[in-house]
Amino acid sequence: MKYQKPSIQAFGNQAILLSWEEIIEEDLLYYLLQVKKNIQNYYIEVKVEITNTYNSLLVNYISTINNIYDEISVVEKLILVDSEQQKLQLHQFTLPVCYDEKFGLDLALLRKQNNLEISEIIQLHTQPNYTIFFTGFLPGFLYLGGLDKKLHISRKKSPRLKVEKGAVGIGEKQTGIYPQISAGGWQLIGNCPVSIFDVENEKPSPFQAGDKLKFESVSLEAYQEIKNQVEEGNYQLKKEVYEH
Amino acid sequence: MSIKVKQPGLLTSVQDFGRTGFASYGVPQSGVMDRYSAKIANLLVGNTEYEAVLEITMMGPTLVFEEEMLVALSGLEAVVTLNDKKIELLRPFEVKNGDVLQIKQITKGIRLYLAMNGGFQTEMKLKSRSMYEPITKTSALQKGDQLQIAEYRDTKEKTFAHLKYEAEKYASEAIEVYPGPEFDFLTDAMIDKLLQQTFSVSKNNSRMAYQLEEKIENNLKPILTQPVLPGTVQFTPGGNLIILMRDAQTTGGYPRIFQLTEESINLLAQKKQGDAIQFQLKNYER
Repeated sequence: MKYQKPSIQAFGNQAILLSWEEIIEEDLLYYLLQVKKNIQNYYIEVKVEITNTYNSLLVNYISTINNIYDEISVVEKLILVDSEQQKLQLHQFTLPVCYDEKFGLDLALLRKQNNLEISEIIQLHTQPNYTIFFTGFLPGFLYLGGLDKKLHISRKKSPRLKVEKGAVGIGEKQTGIYPQISAGGWQLIGNCPVSIFDVENEKPSPFQAGDKLKFESVSLEAYQEIKNQVEEGNYQLKKEVYEH
Repeated sequence: MSIKVKQPGLLTSVQDFGRTGFASYGVPQSGVMDRYSAKIANLLVGNTEYEAVLEITMMGPTLVFEEEMLVALSGLEAVVTLNDKKIELLRPFEVKNGDVLQIKQITKGIRLYLAMNGGFQTEMKLKSRSMYEPITKTSALQKGDQLQIAEYRDTKEKTFAHLKYEAEKYASEAIEVYPGPEFDFLTDAMIDKLLQQTFSVSKNNSRMAYQLEEKIENNLKPILTQPVLPGTVQFTPGGNLIILMRDAQTTGGYPRIFQLTEESINLLAQKKQGDAIQFQLKNYER
C-alpha cells in the first residue's frame, strides 16, 4: 500500500473522520474512494453518509452512535479490506464552454498578466482531462484538479457581488464552474450553458468524486443553441462510463 | 388548507429536520436551528417530532388562518396575540377561519417554533421542506405567501399536559464541545484561554454560523479544504472563532478545534448578539 494508515478519530458524537496526509494527489483520491466503497458496503443496513475531500473521508452516522470507539474499530478494519478486484464505476464527461469575451470578463487581464494569447488560454484550458476531487463550497461546486500552471492567477482583490450561473473561472491553482448565481472572487474566462446542478432531479448533479471532465470550446451561436436545448430539456450530456 | 402570510417578520422560514444524503453534492443540511424546541411544538399538536414547522426569528410575523386548525408555539418567552388577545406559549390552541396571529416580539431566546396539527405541506426539495436558497426559491417567507398545510386531524381526546419543556437549560452559558480534528494543534496556553474565557455572540450570527466577539491569538496554519459539520468550531488565522450552524457549507479551510454536542447546538441557537457563552470540554465516552 502506497499510503500510510489514516488517522481515525471521532468528529462529534455522530461522525468519524479519516484523514490521510495533506496532499492533493489523484492516486490518493482513488485510494480513499476505494476505502469509501468498503465502508459503504459494510454499512448497508445502517444509514451513513460518507463524503470525501482531497485527503479525508467523513462518515456521518446521521443519528447518535452508542459507542464511538466500537465504530472506529469497525472502520479501522475496513481500511485493510482488499478492494483491488472491485473497480470503481466512474464517468468521463465533456462540457461545452463559450470563451467569448461576453462571458470571459477577465480574459484580457489573464492575457496581460500571464502573457498569453486568448487562443492559447482556450487551448490550455480545454487541453487537460480534469479530475473531480469532490463537491463543496456551494451546492454543486466541483473541486477540479489538473489546471495548467500557465493559467494560475490570483483571485480578485474584492469578489464580484454577482457572478452568473455557469460562469467558468480560475482562482489560484483551481478552475471551476459556478453552479448558480452567487458572489465570487475568481477570474472569469467563459460560461458553460449546461446546468450542472438541478434540485428538480433526484440526483441533483450527475458528477461524483473520481469522475473525469474535459471542457470543449464552443462558439457563441453553439452556446445559444445548447442553452435552448437545455431549456427544452433535450440536451444530451456527453458522458462515457469508465472504470478505475 | 392554508395560512396566509400577512407580514413575514424579520426572518421566518419553514424548516423540518433538514437534508440528509446530499452532503456529497455540497448541499447544506439546514433544518430547525433548535431541534429540541421544534420537537416540543410538534408533540403539542399531536404530530411526530420531525414534521416541518415555522421557525420565527426575533420578531413578526403576522399570519391569517383560513381554516380551523390546532396550533402550538414553543420557545422561551414571547409576546403573541390571537385576534389581539394574549396567547401563551407551550399550550395548543384552536383557530378558525379569519383568525389573526401576531408574534410581536421574542423576549427571551431568539427563535420560536410554530407547529400545526398535520404539518406544513410546502414545497419539498431534495427530500426536505427546509427553506434554503438556492435549494428552495427563497430562504425566508415573503409577504403574501400562502402556506399549504395538511388537513386537521382530530386530536381532541389526546392530552399533552404531561409534556415538560425544559426551559431552564437554555439559561446556561456552558457550551459543551468535543475536541475537533485539529484540537491537537492547539498549545496548552491556547486551550486554557479557550476554556477559561467567556465569549459573547457577535452581530454576525445567522443560520449559517455564529461568530464570537472576542479574539484569541492564533498562529495555526490553515488546512487543506476539509469536511465540516453543523456545530464545528473554526479558528481563523485572524483569531476569530466561528461556530457553524445548520445552514453551514459542507467543507471549510480553517482548523476545526471543537465540535459542539447536539444539545449545545440547540442551546446556542437561542443565543443572540451579546449573550455570553463558555466552552466546556467533554471527552468521548469509552
